[in-house]
Amino acid sequence: MKLKNWKEVTPGAVCTEAGSALKFKTGSWRAFKPRWIEENCIQCLFCWIYCPDMAIEVKDGKRGVYRYDYCKGCGICALECPGKKGKKAIVMEEEGK
Amino acid sequence: MAKVVAVTGNEAVANALRQVNPDVSSAYPITPATDIMQRFTSFVSDGKVKTEMILVESEHSAMSGCIGASAAGGRVMTATSSQGLALMWEELFIASGTRLPIVMALVNRALSAPLNIHGDHSDGMGARDCGWIQLWSENAQEAYDNTIQAFRIAEHMDIRLPVMICMDGFIISHSIERIEYLEDEEVKNFVGEFKTLNPLLDLEHPVSYGPLILPDYYMEYRRAHAEVMTRASEVVLDVAKDFEKLSGRKYGIFDAYRLDDAEIGIVILNSAAGTTKDAIDSFREKGIKAGLLKPRLFRPFPYEEVGNALKHLKAICVLDRADAFGGSYGPLFIDVAASVYPYKERPVLFNKIYGLGGRDYLPEHAELVLNELVEVSRTGKVKTFKEYIGVRE
Repeated sequence: MKLKNWKEVTPGAVCTEAGSALKFKTGSWRAFKPRWIEENCIQCLFCWIYCPDMAIEVKDGKRGVYRYDYCKGCGICALECPGKKGKKAIVMEEEGK
Repeated sequence: MAKVVAVTGNEAVANALRQVNPDVSSAYPITPATDIMQRFTSFVSDGKVKTEMILVESEHSAMSGCIGASAAGGRVMTATSSQGLALMWEELFIASGTRLPIVMALVNRALSAPLNIHGDHSDGMGARDCGWIQLWSENAQEAYDNTIQAFRIAEHMDIRLPVMICMDGFIISHSIERIEYLEDEEVKNFVGEFKTLNPLLDLEHPVSYGPLILPDYYMEYRRAHAEVMTRASEVVLDVAKDFEKLSGRKYGIFDAYRLDDAEIGIVILNSAAGTTKDAIDSFREKGIKAGLLKPRLFRPFPYEEVGNALKHLKAICVLDRADAFGGSYGPLFIDVAASVYPYKERPVLFNKIYGLGGRDYLPEHAELVLNELVEVSRTGKVKTFKEYIGVRE
């Protein structure tokens, strides 16, 4: 994407385009990566509700895969995940391991 | 028709704000703030204005409230002073960086410690580089006139920046002067309808305020802000021209008093300029060519115009009512010195710090400085480039 010059930016850095966060990929910030273990998932969608970005895809009311482009690895989804019978459906793993 | 009244500077500014009738005001109207906001809240309680008044728990919140209301799309104003401005400091940059046309009256008072709320420019000088436009006022009339003009300057589509109107604590804020008020209708027409720019409450066009801007864009926003600052002088002059048609009172970006043929000059802000003009008159009567420059638009500092107006002088003394601890000179001196710097033939400059914490600035102080200027213009030599005056040694 071509970067705008100072004459082209909006006054006061106001974002005038709705949903423009889609263009702002922050996945490269991540140090820990969440891994979804489907067999332990009870489809509560807590991960989707708590995700501060939009890193969890939901299709037809069902939890989908991670959109890692938007996942900064904050770990909130893993913390909130109730899992099934004491087994977490989301675990955090160190990047590059 | 103008109405002539005898009021304090605070009453005059509060009345200007009543006449403008802004949409929202957010304030913390107790000491160190003066009675501007206290008077304004009375107007709200008495139904004299339609302003939504938000009373908050600190000045940090007062400016935050103004920022939110301004981003929402309202005409917004507040007032503060001294420590109150200091507590707003973080928010001042957010208001200007977000390009919100908030108008704020600042009664210039000293900063603690030691605790003191008398006339002093330390508060306004501390905020001089926060990206706001600053208009400084010699007397209550100018404070009233600047308040009305500030809305037009701040809200101009080429500017969209917050404006601070500065006036001296107690000397102007609490002293009664003769003031000419404009009619309510005249002020209403002069400021006009508020025009919004990307308001948050326009639900047809959703916008977001305050995004994270990383190193790949931050400089572009700062460069754009700097560009807007370069346009301020012209807008301030245009608004002043319209204001003169309405009021008969003429304002520039600075006041040049007996300066054209002057050989020595004083540069000074706000109320002390009045005392200095009297001293200059008495020196003129003795045949000494003295003059004065009083900046009105202090931020952005019109350095090209100031340099051009001062370059022909032999000697200049800049008087600062604030010191810049650990820096070289007082804040006004630094800007004036930079303004004449590009000229090969330039005046000899020296700096005096005066009137801190409400210490009186008397005609004899102005005379002392003028006598030194005469000496310096003769010899070209300065004994002390920076010193305090009116202090017990």
